[in-house]
Amino acid sequence: MAPTRSIVVGCGRVGAGIAEHLARAGHEVVVIDISTDAFSRLEPDFSGTAVRGDGTDEAVLRRAGTEGADYFFALTEGDNRNILSAQLAEEIFSVPKVVAKINDPVRAAAYADLGLSTLCRTTSLVDDLGRFAGLPPMAGASGVRTASGHHAHGPADLTMAAAPGGPALPAAPAPER
Amino acid sequence: MYVIIVGGGRVGYYLTKELLAAGHELVLLEKDPRRAHQITDELGSIVMTKDGCEGKHLAEAGASRASIVAAVTGDDEDNLVVCQMAKHHFAVPRTIARVNNPRNEPLFRHLGVDEIISPTRMVLGAIEQDIPVHELLHLAQLEGGELEVLEAQIGPRSPAVGQHPADIRLPEGCSLFILIRDEVAQAIRPDSTFEVGDKVIAITRTECSAELHEQLIGEEPTPELVAHP
Repeated sequence: MAPTRSIVVGCGRVGAGIAEHLARAGHEVVVIDISTDAFSRLEPDFSGTAVRGDGTDEAVLRRAGTEGADYFFALTEGDNRNILSAQLAEEIFSVPKVVAKINDPVRAAAYADLGLSTLCRTTSLVDDLGRFAGLPPMAGASGVRTASGHHAHGPADLTMAAAPGGPALPAAPAPER
Repeated sequence: MYVIIVGGGRVGYYLTKELLAAGHELVLLEKDPRRAHQITDELGSIVMTKDGCEGKHLAEAGASRASIVAAVTGDDEDNLVVCQMAKHHFAVPRTIARVNNPRNEPLFRHLGVDEIISPTRMVLGAIEQDIPVHELLHLAQLEGGELEVLEAQIGPRSPAVGQHPADIRLPEGCSLFILIRDEVAQAIRPDSTFEVGDKVIAITRTECSAELHEQLIGEEPTPELVAHP
């Protein structure tokens, strides 16, 4: 496999882990984190680059070389930060392979339907534990849910309206004034 | 009209107050219990102590029958997620996001947020009018940010000096309409000529402002250098 370039936003356990994994395999990696302390999680001989900055800021992503990257991993602790960061990578920098960690299963499913590749730790773990207890695997629960089509956006893309789990959710009356 | 507001900070609070006074039906989602309590005390039981980023809570708030969802928290990422969930999951006809980092504006628009409120840009704009930092001054935005009213200062390096309006290659959808010379405003006519010191008021499509800059002011200064690792 030819060396690729990856951007990893969030240098937590998972972020540092994938960054080292890629670097050890001979790929180019740039890790971004808002705190320099986070970089202490990286091995001393980590061969990639560490950039301090906000991974939801377009200027920081540009400085880190997101343009032209092959892979983009949004792995901070905040679901929404990951969603914003991943969409910047996809829409502004046209990174071909983008994945966002979204731990809230409802949001993860909603964004997977919108065309973003997502990884949901919650459903992954539930699936793993269920299988440990002898249950059959849950469909689409483990691993990265890959985007089916192009990222849907704009008023013309209201296809979600008919999706299960969409507006079928009960609409509670607004509280009394 | 049924409106859902997410975020009970200062913006959310005043927006809620105004809309209530105007007689709209609304609910405010604020996840901080203390803040929610405070607003309830003052404005009545229109507050739900819930995180509006969660689809479940938007559903409970009645997002599927809302005419407008306004996300006005201090975090851009939260505001984006609220608007996207509202738009795509609940088919809300109009979504409004507060954008704190002006760089996020194009992305938010591109992702389908209908209206963008940028306090940072408003403050910057207000200051810019007092301290002209650029020769191209942003006076106002029209059509939800599609069009801009600009003021250009004609300086010595402007290619427009000594030219008539017809000599200037304007970007499409851009027009010059007022010339201010010695503090007197006049309509721009085909026989007007531009002189150093003139101010020109123009309307342009937002994406053409760089081209307009080139035609009226001269070459853009060197863009900031971007260091790649």
